[in-house]
Amino acid sequence: MTMTPDTLIPTKPVAVTVPPRPDHPPIIRAENLSVRYGDHRAFDQVTWTIARGRITALIGPSGCGKTSFLTCLNRLADLVPRCSVAGTLDIDGMDVLSAATDVIALRRRVGMIFQKPNPFPVSIRRNIALPLLDHRLCDRRTVDDHIERTLRAVGLWGEVKDRLNQSAFCLSGGQQQRLCLARALALKPDILLLDEPCSALDPISSGVVEDLIVSLRGRYTVVIVTHNLAQAKRIADDAAFFWLDGGAGRLIEHGPCRSVFENPAHPLTRAYIHGARG
Amino acid sequence: MHDQAISWHAAWPAPRLSARRNPDRFIAITAWLGAIAVTTVFFWIVVDLIRLGGAQLTPAFITNAPTSAGRAGGIGSVLVSTALILGVCLAVSAPLGIATAILLAEFTREGNRYCTAIRRSLDTLAGVPSIVFGLFGYAFFCVYLRMGFSILSGGLTLACMVLPILTRTAEQGLRSVPDEYRYAAAAVGMTRTQTLRQLLLPAAMPGLVAGVVLGVGRALAETAALLYTSGYADRMPSSLADSGRSLSIHIYDLAMNVPGGEPNAYATALVLVGLLIAINATAVWLGERWTHRKLSTA
Ligand SMILES: Nc1ncnc2c1ncn2[C@@H]1O[C@H](COP(=O)(O)OP(=O)(O)OP(=O)(O)O)[C@@H](O)[C@H]1O
Ligand SMILES: [Mg+2]
Repeated sequence: MTMTPDTLIPTKPVAVTVPPRPDHPPIIRAENLSVRYGDHRAFDQVTWTIARGRITALIGPSGCGKTSFLTCLNRLADLVPRCSVAGTLDIDGMDVLSAATDVIALRRRVGMIFQKPNPFPVSIRRNIALPLLDHRLCDRRTVDDHIERTLRAVGLWGEVKDRLNQSAFCLSGGQQQRLCLARALALKPDILLLDEPCSALDPISSGVVEDLIVSLRGRYTVVIVTHNLAQAKRIADDAAFFWLDGGAGRLIEHGPCRSVFENPAHPLTRAYIHGARG
Repeated sequence: MHDQAISWHAAWPAPRLSARRNPDRFIAITAWLGAIAVTTVFFWIVVDLIRLGGAQLTPAFITNAPTSAGRAGGIGSVLVSTALILGVCLAVSAPLGIATAILLAEFTREGNRYCTAIRRSLDTLAGVPSIVFGLFGYAFFCVYLRMGFSILSGGLTLACMVLPILTRTAEQGLRSVPDEYRYAAAAVGMTRTQTLRQLLLPAAMPGLVAGVVLGVGRALAETAALLYTSGYADRMPSSLADSGRSLSIHIYDLAMNVPGGEPNAYATALVLVGLLIAINATAVWLGERWTHRKLSTA
């Protein structure tokens, strides 16, 4: 992006809300959600619903709070020093931000993949076995079976079946990212948060991971952050555009992918999509 | 503006390639000289000890009790006392130190006042001369808690002394584990206890081992803190309540108070250095094995 829409379009951002279609009931509802790091506002007053079973892309410039938004959904923000979350957030009837929420159960239902592949410093097998055993989802006798099925699901089985006991760091970046995906999928979550899952990968690995994400449509609710607008357009059903306004991120526009990309209602969205394309 | 842009794009003068100016070479040579100097000093000490005390060092010297104030006989009882003192010291300081390190590194937020206070006091304590610990140990363990001159008093005093360095090294070890592991583990809903047990402690093992080895090293080398707490009786201890003489005190006594005790002092010093090396190697080996077992098998 070379131009700065701030100077081109001197309008105040207004959220353009497209009501959720009745055939796609919401699973995530955020109301006036804000995140701050100390005095610094990452994003402000986001009110949004995300539909169940669909792939939702989150786009916007660097620093507008996309990662911060994802870390609210699984309460990973709890781990970040000086991070505070305000507003209300409801996932499938669960009040996520309440102190009484069982974060362990929440994180089992809401999986997350990070921008940089981050397998555990253990063997490939143990990467998947650790969370499974920790949640007591299976025992030591059946765990190998689960590992194989999960690795098959992410298309990694053929590549690693002979070296399951090797360190996960022996894998290539793309394989590591698929292992991380397998680790998350092994818990059979309802929601998957993907934070720029392909940005550290070459085009071929990126394509593999992308196809994998598409194959999850319908069975999982996927929220994907991506800087690759073409990718967002290819795979997403819905899209949301965040923009940095007055030092804090804001949700500018959201709706079905087609309308956001082809007929954006807000001038900032139009400028961003065109700027990024040109 | 435009001119500036052009002049900025003008090339820098071509680099002059000369080995003499190669700054990496300078650093490399300095580093090698430093390394050689350090190893030379170490070998010098060992060679000196072998030359002066090697002749005395027989299997009998290791097992026999000292006679004639240590001039003759061996160091059997002294070795047993040393092991007991060290055992008491580690049994108390290692769990306590590692637990404190876990609290400081994992369960409190950065900038927590209470933790900053703990860290400051630990760092201050690490710099306190050992004779001060000796005085404290004498007043608190020997007199106030009525343990008298005993292996228990000595071990506990040493535990106080090595606790700061052990804790801080272990904390550094835990802090050096990348945050990505913590985020990754939290994201799959692992509890903090499991994350710590399965991932963080194994990954931090080199740091924890370093902490314990540094602690053991300080404890083995200690004389001043033990003189007034464990005492210097050289007979075989029958319980932890007995007074016992450590290797370093034996060396001190032979060298300073016993005419004709030097050969045995050197031999004892040789044993002490050998023990330090052996403990160091064992700790590293154990740590690596544990890390390996925890981190690679399913
Ligand atoms: N751990 C943190 N501590 C303090 N500030 C942070 C932290 N993480 C993010 N921020 C700040 O919050 C704002 C939003 O960051 P965030 O990482 O959510 O942006 P992003 O949209 O994901 O950007 P990118 O596209 O570059 O990944 C930024 O201004 C950033 O500097
Ligand atoms: Mg980000």
